[in-house]
Amino acid sequence: MGVTKTITTKTNVKTDEHHDEHHDQSFIRKYIFCEDHKTIAKQFLITGIFWAIIGGAMSSLFRIQLGFPDFDLTSLSPVIGNWLTPQGKIDPEVYLALITMHGTIMVFFVLTAGLSGTFSNYLIPLQIGARDMASGFLNMLSYWFFFLSSIIMFISIFVEGGPASGGWTIYPPLSALPQAVSGSALGMTLWLVSMAFFIVSALLGALNYITTVINLRTEGMTFFRMPLTIWAFLVTAILGVLSFPVLLSAALLLIMDRSFGTSFYLSDIYIAGEALSNQGGSAILFQHLFWFLGHPEVYIVILPSLGITSEIISTCSRKPIFGYRAMVYSIIGIGALSFVVWAHHMFISGMNPFLGSVFTILTLIIAVPSAIKAFNYIATLWRGNIVFTPAMLFSIGLVSFFISGGLTGLFLGNSVVDINLHDTYFVVAHFHIVMGSASFFGLFAGVYHWFPKMFGRMMNRTLGYVHFWITFIGAYLVFFPLHYIGIAGFPRRYYSFTNFETGRIESFIDLNTFVSIAAILTFVAQFIFLFNFFYSMYRGRKASSNPWKSNTIEWTTPIDPGHGNWPGKIPTVKRWPYDYSKPGAKEDFIPQHIPLSSTKESNMPEDEHR
Amino acid sequence: MSFILGLIGFLSLVAVFLFFRSSEILSVAKKRISSSFEDGKNHINALSGVIFLVLSTIGIIWYSYDQFDNYFLPMASEHAPEIELLFWVTTAITFTVFILTQIVMFYFGYKYRYKKERKAHFYPDNHKLEIIWTVIPAIVLVALIGWGLVKWNKIMGPPPEDAEVIEVVGYQFAWASRYPGPDNELGNSNYKLIDVENIVGIDFSDSSSLDDFMPREIHIPKGKPVLFKIRARDVIHSVYLPYMRSQMNAVPGMPTQMWFIPSKTTAEMREETGNENFNYEIVCNKICGRAHFSMKHTVVVVEEWEYIKWKNSQKSWIEKNPDYYANFIKNNSTDIAVLND
Repeated sequence: MGVTKTITTKTNVKTDEHHDEHHDQSFIRKYIFCEDHKTIAKQFLITGIFWAIIGGAMSSLFRIQLGFPDFDLTSLSPVIGNWLTPQGKIDPEVYLALITMHGTIMVFFVLTAGLSGTFSNYLIPLQIGARDMASGFLNMLSYWFFFLSSIIMFISIFVEGGPASGGWTIYPPLSALPQAVSGSALGMTLWLVSMAFFIVSALLGALNYITTVINLRTEGMTFFRMPLTIWAFLVTAILGVLSFPVLLSAALLLIMDRSFGTSFYLSDIYIAGEALSNQGGSAILFQHLFWFLGHPEVYIVILPSLGITSEIISTCSRKPIFGYRAMVYSIIGIGALSFVVWAHHMFISGMNPFLGSVFTILTLIIAVPSAIKAFNYIATLWRGNIVFTPAMLFSIGLVSFFISGGLTGLFLGNSVVDINLHDTYFVVAHFHIVMGSASFFGLFAGVYHWFPKMFGRMMNRTLGYVHFWITFIGAYLVFFPLHYIGIAGFPRRYYSFTNFETGRIESFIDLNTFVSIAAILTFVAQFIFLFNFFYSMYRGRKASSNPWKSNTIEWTTPIDPGHGNWPGKIPTVKRWPYDYSKPGAKEDFIPQHIPLSSTKESNMPEDEHR
Repeated sequence: MSFILGLIGFLSLVAVFLFFRSSEILSVAKKRISSSFEDGKNHINALSGVIFLVLSTIGIIWYSYDQFDNYFLPMASEHAPEIELLFWVTTAITFTVFILTQIVMFYFGYKYRYKKERKAHFYPDNHKLEIIWTVIPAIVLVALIGWGLVKWNKIMGPPPEDAEVIEVVGYQFAWASRYPGPDNELGNSNYKLIDVENIVGIDFSDSSSLDDFMPREIHIPKGKPVLFKIRARDVIHSVYLPYMRSQMNAVPGMPTQMWFIPSKTTAEMREETGNENFNYEIVCNKICGRAHFSMKHTVVVVEEWEYIKWKNSQKSWIEKNPDYYANFIKNNSTDIAVLND
């Protein structure tokens, strides 16, 4: 990387031929208002990590309340002073605020922005062979809208009345009426404003990902030669573009109801000694709008993880991913079906039971492509030569969670079984395993796997193993017991069970304590990862250019790729990305840019179609 | 206490860091860090997977068996066994799939862990296999859905004609109930008539509301269909009766309903659970604010003859609140016509 040329980024992206240059950029342009997709990805990652710490700490706080109801938190009062009752317990409304913010932060700020934002940004240009995103400027805006949204959400934690506390699903009228709960005052306003900016960020990002994947693939990179990561990111981005605007409209109508006296969601309400004049609105309308985003959202969260692990499992098994095309069609199928299952969150909301029947059918259909994916992962392991890197362990962990959490979906998706399980801890167990843990494991796997590309150094492997085993066992110990509590009919979002059904309070005291200990230990163990992450960034072992002997073309860039990714020409792609352990080949991997003509010894008739 | 905890935490952090640094330096000294990524701790990790699988399977089976009575609630409505049968069949199917897939996965992980001399088997696809594991889940799912929908339509379908109708109204943070009285007809209500005394907004200009009564606890007869007409006053609540396996949201501005046939009286349940203080309770199961966790209402299931006796002994609301009714008549004589529109 030598000569400095003064051409704009725009031309860089378009002209493949002469681009091997670094601009001498100011600090601000290089690290803050940067248009390089790699830097933006790291910005998303660091912000996501920040939010994950906040979200995790919140869960530890409310797990103390659930597991140790008599625990005196007074000693924490310098940090969380006015959140406590005089007895040193968490205030009931603060408890609701904590679960609300925990959900919001984890779903949107960590597992949407932190996951998609990081890996779509980082991997799309590198794996399809592009200089950068289609629009570096919009990409930069996407991060800074997210940053703005983060700031507002963060401020909302400290305002008078506390942050939003109607649950992360913010169902009105609870979220619409400040009389109903104090978090529905300023805290809720800030929540809505923050989410509006978040949606802008998500849309800018997603439009960029889609455009980039469609238009900027390098020569030879046909759609069916794209790694599964890219397929997952592409479908995720499409889901985002189609569903986030609906959340914006839902939020906008809620803002109107809250601040401008409309009645979109409000009708016949008597609260705080007063009959409100709102009439004709429908509280159910909000749920339809919310879940029209909300359900695709859970796939926005899980699909990138599935893409990441497909790549890692194949690489570390030294085998092609089993059923590549089936995997692609499953991703597309899951994406398409995710738009027609939203009302399974509403079986007992009071909507017409016939609608419930329709959504039961559609919901259980989506289990089929999910099952295909799980089986294909396992088939990829079969007769592989499995290298257990930390990334591989987290990928296997993801498959384990994806299966165990996915299966409980068969209960909740079947409307009649859902009658008794709806809004109980069974639901909490289900989505924390299949969406929370599985996606988090995809995120971890991705960080461990692409860390050498991101920072030019390796993460410490032993710490990775320790981190994996504590987290994997810990997550099961936290979430599996919740199934039992749910089957027993314990409602979620309960501050305490002291008043719950005479004689049943003792049922799960021990189990709740156990879960809380496991949760707090698992949370603390994440600091092993944080240490490893930041320490390795500066002191880790220097990485080689292709440390995992991987096929995808991001590993053909220099160890520390500059803006523009490849010095000189972008490599052209000659084959699919999964030629691992091909019979007859010299090595157990053949990168995508190696032409078939130079691997005559291992070519197969099918190679023409790959 | 917290100081000690903090100190322990800090010291363990220091210990971990020292251990980490020394082992890193040691491994560099011994040249244990190989340049090849395959030479890791493949054996120990593969083995740990198998150990994890065995221990967790034992743990799950032991807990599920040992604690069955703790997490499985006795059933107290006629449709509850139907839901539970489907639940347990689904459990059997999913648990089998769960265990088998996890066994296969961790076993493969162990069996095919990295060995330098071996080469992985290039096996990109097998359409027959893929069709098999597409079709079989699809068939199982169709069966589960079909079964589920038959039951769903029955449970959520129209209630029998002779159902006992009871109005249940949720508000922050309690429930109220209203019975139609001897005329078997619930009077109209209007949320604008709600006040401190008339908590569900009964409209007394409707003559059928004159005999409505509002008990402190809901009484329902065993063996007879019961229909809850559900309303909410302020925010969304949810009427949840775990023992009856019944649940329905209470939505402001949109009346909902649910029906079921109680199959065990409170007395029978007290005997079965061995808890003499046992009571059925409607618990709120939709986040509704500060005291969501303590929003509940006692439901007493009695034999039908007891129920009739109890019902006949109840005084109507206006009988209990004669002043309120007198005022209502005085104040609303002109407005009633407007309200009724």
